[in-house]
Amino acid sequence: MIRLLPQGEGGITVELGTAVDPAVNARVHALAGAVTRRLGAPVLEVVPSYASLLVIFDPLAIPRARLVRRLAALAREVAGTAAGPPRRVVRVPVCYGGELGPDLEEVARRAGVPPAEVVALHAAPVYRVYLLGFTPGFPYLGGLDPRLACPRLDSPRLRTPAGSVAIAGPQAGIYPVESPGGWRVLGRTPLRLFDPAPGASRPFLLAAGDGLRFVPVEREAFDETARAVAAGAWRPEVER
Amino acid sequence: MIAVVKPGLLCTVQDAGRPGFRAFGMPVAGAMDRLALAAANLLAGNEPGAAAVELTLAGGAWRFEAPALAAVAGADLSATLDGSPLPAWSSFLAPAGSTLAFGAARAGVRAYLAVRGGVAVPPVLGSRSTYTRAAVGGLEGRALRAGDRLPVGRPAARPPPPLALGPGETPPCGGGARLRVLLGPQEDRFTEEGIATFLGTAWKVTPQNDRMGYRLDGPPVRLRGGADVLTDPILPGAVQVTGSGLPIAMMVDCHTAGGYAKIATIAGPDLRLLAQARAGDEVRFAACRQAEAVAALRAERAWLDGLARRVARAAGGRAGLRRAR
Repeated sequence: MIRLLPQGEGGITVELGTAVDPAVNARVHALAGAVTRRLGAPVLEVVPSYASLLVIFDPLAIPRARLVRRLAALAREVAGTAAGPPRRVVRVPVCYGGELGPDLEEVARRAGVPPAEVVALHAAPVYRVYLLGFTPGFPYLGGLDPRLACPRLDSPRLRTPAGSVAIAGPQAGIYPVESPGGWRVLGRTPLRLFDPAPGASRPFLLAAGDGLRFVPVEREAFDETARAVAAGAWRPEVER
Repeated sequence: MIAVVKPGLLCTVQDAGRPGFRAFGMPVAGAMDRLALAAANLLAGNEPGAAAVELTLAGGAWRFEAPALAAVAGADLSATLDGSPLPAWSSFLAPAGSTLAFGAARAGVRAYLAVRGGVAVPPVLGSRSTYTRAAVGGLEGRALRAGDRLPVGRPAARPPPPLALGPGETPPCGGGARLRVLLGPQEDRFTEEGIATFLGTAWKVTPQNDRMGYRLDGPPVRLRGGADVLTDPILPGAVQVTGSGLPIAMMVDCHTAGGYAKIATIAGPDLRLLAQARAGDEVRFAACRQAEAVAALRAERAWLDGLARRVARAAGGRAGLRRAR
């Protein structure tokens, strides 16, 4: 069921579902594209999430009722969108365990498998970036092997370093900037998911709707990539 | 350059915010009181959304290294220029070497210090606003410290003369407030009694208030079922209710998505009233309809347009005077 809900005088939440579901999320992204392409100026910004799209508009430029009608029509148009493969799959190198992945052993203990098996299970799927949030560029990833699902830390860390690759419940994610965090950290990527340097042309590595694959690397390769990233000499590896 | 002599409590560079990147998880940030920011800028001869310094309760002390037309607006933080008191919403000519100092917070929380030409830190993703949690924008992405020096941009428009808004001309600022809200997006997650509690309570602002959100205290708002919803997008002004039944009003630094049920959204023009409330102040929510919120938005724009015209007239008159001489 599609619902159009007000969020203040300049926002409409278009709710296409209420569950984490690749097909629903694909419709959210299809709707985001359709709104951006076809509704033009009165729409200021669209914000996708798991199952909803927030449409931010200028209420002095278009009456809410008219925008609601147009959004409802577009939502019906995208209702048939299937969850196809992601338009691109970004390969994210990860050095697992040790000081870069302090929770790997504990996750292995909880899952009842050796740490190497946790790495294999974590690096196997193509994840889907459902939405970016929490901090700039933080991807909420769907597709974690249910055998790895485990609760958050009892008390969150005050500092989770940038690049930490972590899991919580059925979710997987990556911390783009150092921040407090309660997710369990399996490893670290040398990539920058968010680069706020003034004038940076590609500040965000990922976009909602992308696919993502974790690629296990040794410490040496991690350090080498980290140096390339710092020197601005690194380009994302993408499978299409 | 403007030198920070004493940094105050939380002074950050802010402009009209960084929209356009919420889909990437980037909060909009910007001034907590957009109207006061715009007024300070207009008084200083800038575009309303130029970058200025947001001061919080304790405004610190600032030295102008070059002569400047500057302005303060918003909270009354007892501003003085070389010891002489300045009105709370006014512009002034600061001679080179002069010191702007702030004292007791008499009304409101957040004041804006604008300088002609704007604070010229490098823009990040189209905005100079500081978002400290990700160290973005402003000066090195952080609150200002003693010894910092702020660059000032090249002014575009002709300078207006110093102006002061009279006491009857300034928007309300500080103390308790009645905040208009549009119910939703998830008011169906609450019982009728819960919505009545939400609208019928004088909510106390708790000390847990910052640029990200204001926690409010009062009787619990009853939910139907749990407080958790599937994480979905949120805007500044959204009022979330946690499992404890207590509301949290989201402010400009809020995350772009959240997982608590949102009972209502504060009308855009009223969000500044909450930003100017401090711990212990009481706020009430009043349900309004779209038309009323849009009318309030129009009234706010009209007030700013009026101020812009007044400043332009004063600038023109002054230039005319100079020509006549």
